Amino acid sequence: MNYGIHYGASNFVEKIDYTFYFILGIDIFFFILITILMIYFVVRYNKKRHQKAVQVQERTWLEVLWITIPLILVLAMFYVGWKNYIPLRRPPKDALEVKVIGRMWDWQFVYPDGKVATTLYVPLNKPVKLNLYSPDVLHGFFIPAFRIKEDVVPGKNNYTWFTATQLGEYDIYCSAYCGMRHAYMYSKVKVVPTEEFNSILANLKVASSTDGEAVLRNNGCFSCHSMDGTRLVGPSFKGLWGAKKTVITPDGKKETIVVDEKYLEESIIDPNAKVEEGFMPNVMRSYKGIIKDEEIKAIIEYFKNSDGEAKKE
Amino acid sequence: MRAEAQEFYKGTYLENTGRYKGIWAWLTSTDHKRIGLMYLYAIATFFIVGVIMGLLMRIELISPGKTIVEPQAYNGLFTVHGIIMIFMVVIPGLSATFGNFFLPIMIGARDVSFPRLNLFSFYLFLFGSFLAILSQFMRHGPPDTGWTFYAPYSTTTGTNVIMATTAAFILGFSSILTGLNFIVTVHRLRAPGMRFFRMPLFPWAIYATAWIQLLATPVVGITLLMIIAERLFRIGFFDPALGGDPVLYQHLFWIYSHPAVYIMILPAMGVITEIIPTFCQRKVYGYKAIALSSVAIAAVGYLVWGHHMYTSGMSGKSLWLFSFLTFVVAVPSAIKVFNWLATMYKGSIDMKPPFLFALFFIFLFTIGGLTGLVLGALATNVHVHDTSFVVAHFHYIIFGGMGFAMFAAIHYWFPKIYGRMYNLKQATVASIIMFVGFNLLYFPQFIIGIEGMPRRYYDYFPQFQPAQVISTIGGFVLAAGLALMFYNLIRSARKGEKAPANPWNGTTLEWQIPSPPPLENFDEIPHINERPYSFK
Ligand code: HEC
Ligand SMILES: [Cu+2]
Repeated sequence: MNYGIHYGASNFVEKIDYTFYFILGIDIFFFILITILMIYFVVRYNKKRHQKAVQVQERTWLEVLWITIPLILVLAMFYVGWKNYIPLRRPPKDALEVKVIGRMWDWQFVYPDGKVATTLYVPLNKPVKLNLYSPDVLHGFFIPAFRIKEDVVPGKNNYTWFTATQLGEYDIYCSAYCGMRHAYMYSKVKVVPTEEFNSILANLKVASSTDGEAVLRNNGCFSCHSMDGTRLVGPSFKGLWGAKKTVITPDGKKETIVVDEKYLEESIIDPNAKVEEGFMPNVMRSYKGIIKDEEIKAIIEYFKNSDGEAKKE
Repeated sequence: MRAEAQEFYKGTYLENTGRYKGIWAWLTSTDHKRIGLMYLYAIATFFIVGVIMGLLMRIELISPGKTIVEPQAYNGLFTVHGIIMIFMVVIPGLSATFGNFFLPIMIGARDVSFPRLNLFSFYLFLFGSFLAILSQFMRHGPPDTGWTFYAPYSTTTGTNVIMATTAAFILGFSSILTGLNFIVTVHRLRAPGMRFFRMPLFPWAIYATAWIQLLATPVVGITLLMIIAERLFRIGFFDPALGGDPVLYQHLFWIYSHPAVYIMILPAMGVITEIIPTFCQRKVYGYKAIALSSVAIAAVGYLVWGHHMYTSGMSGKSLWLFSFLTFVVAVPSAIKVFNWLATMYKGSIDMKPPFLFALFFIFLFTIGGLTGLVLGALATNVHVHDTSFVVAHFHYIIFGGMGFAMFAAIHYWFPKIYGRMYNLKQATVASIIMFVGFNLLYFPQFIIGIEGMPRRYYDYFPQFQPAQVISTIGGFVLAAGLALMFYNLIRSARKGEKAPANPWNGTTLEWQIPSPPPLENFDEIPHINERPYSFK
């Protein structure tokens, strides 16, 4: 359900739309005024009808008038825009806090008890504060139906909030350009009644540091790497363990390596040290300090145990 | 400048007099008119390249999913389209071409103050442009950061960012030197009797622009160097992984790039202010108000950069201030529009192509300006920021404004530059096709922007498709109009009918000398004793 502009989906819609119509009304008035005057003058004072121009003198009152009226109007627009913006920066104290992880190129939502989801579930009519976190580059958290947007800036604790006022599913886009698959950095917010929210929350899993697959999923590795052999931005993880690969070192030399523990660890901590042939360097960021040692171990275990078809080649 | 006593050379600037023949006589010329034309040809070429990239993007966006290119190629396309159009076409667009050609003539000078520096700026411009284009074809692939080079993506991506930022840095230098040259020219070389308030309004606009070029461009120069330093030496200005701050980059970048919008639009307003009085045969209404509003825009325009960053997490007070100043700076632009309209009142209006382009300019610029108010207000900005609403808005300002003013300028001064006239009917038809195509192309983007279509998206949901299809069709209509315009101009430059010295009955100095102008512009430097635009 992602059609059109949506009215009434969050507590901000009314105020922001009001500001929009307020400005648009003044805009349309001036636009029509200017266009009509322009057409009228062009027709009325066309050379054919009006052979000799009249050198009209400037009138001070006229100039004062068209300086003051626009000035008053723009200040009014400023004021309305500011006044209706303030609530966006004032989340209520009792809001449900959710950590939003925006990274190349997916979204993840972490609830207070550590439960993780890739769709943002929220209860109806309860304020929700989103703490925006990015481990890599800039992203933008944007829900058009709610009229909210805030940049997800690495190293900065940005936030946004809303109260959903209508049941339903709405789009979440990434609005700040973030690289190759920026347009696919998409998720949904699902607004559900409180009881349903509680049961959904109860069924969500806590982020695990011992289950390798969960670590991969929770860190967004699958937006660039597949498990089934499909080539995405990065090489597929299918049959990774023990595979022979041709890699390129930063000084441009080719090397052949066998995927082992050391290589995997290096690929996560310092991905540019050895870049698999045919893939771009500098796309994968270093996960040093983001993925803990025990989690890397879990990932390696996971690769060891997942099916090894490619090993035979 | 040559001594007054020396004999006046009667031939035009198009004839070769120096040591060299053919193209070399042009490439080594320090004559401001030739340099202006060389800029014009170079810029027109880059413009065509940029347009082709734009059309490729439009084809890609005609349907969801892949149409002709992969995501990475698309990201390269919009980045390079932006770099070319902003740094190589629009910023130097009017001031380096028509500013060079007509600023000295309109203030009664024989050249700019530093003719050789002027040629040097041109070569810097060419060199920078060459690097920018080269960055497309080098090993790591075209830069994919967007023309804004936002960190930390720009400091970490593997593509040719260093070369592209170096190119922008060099282009910036060219712009600084041109600005410096024009400021000194205006101060030192005005004809006797031409006080500041007797200068025509195009030179006024170029003068105000030159100050922005001189003062704001160094900031972006340093910022781009910081990007390069961070990439090469991991210094950590902007990337938090190295201890830097990404928002700092945005501040530094927009401290230049917002005033740069005025580098683009002020000369355009200057051109329109020349054209309207001439084709209405009327003294410009509110001479002083127009002149001073250019200066006001240049001054206040420095302080509004933050309105590009409302969603970056700035403090509430700075949001307040930036939004407030943004609204204040809208007023001088409104004043200009009213003055132009008042100039038409009781005129004797001749609907020739330059005037038609000027009308289109007012129409499109007004839409661009009014939608800018939606972006300036905090509450609405949050919704439309970084959507195709912004894309539509700035194309209305930059292409509909500066672009159409550029076309108006070409059609206005063409008979002066070449001493020949283009086909008026073809020019009128081309302008109307372009106007229709333009609106088809960009207006739908406002609507889907409000509906939530983010910008810089390679792919989109089907509900946005109808608008995208209309846009693509509009793009091709616009391109057809452009092709007709270029055809008409190129053909007429060589084969057009001979034009009289003052075909539009203009009053400013450039119309008082022969067409094409003599090498040294003026046989005798005129003495000025009244304001311009006094039609009798
Ligand atoms: C933004 C896209 C992206 C993300 C997210 C990403 N990677 Fe990568 N990865 C790549 C690319 C591109 C390569 C190939 C170039 C290289 O080796 O640096 C790669 C290479 C690798 C390799 C080496 C594979 C081989 O065949 O040589 C491993 C292992 C790896 N990534 C693990 C991970 C893990 C674990 C994560 C999640 C924590 C992750 N990647 C997240 C893009 C990504
Ligand atoms: Cu993103």
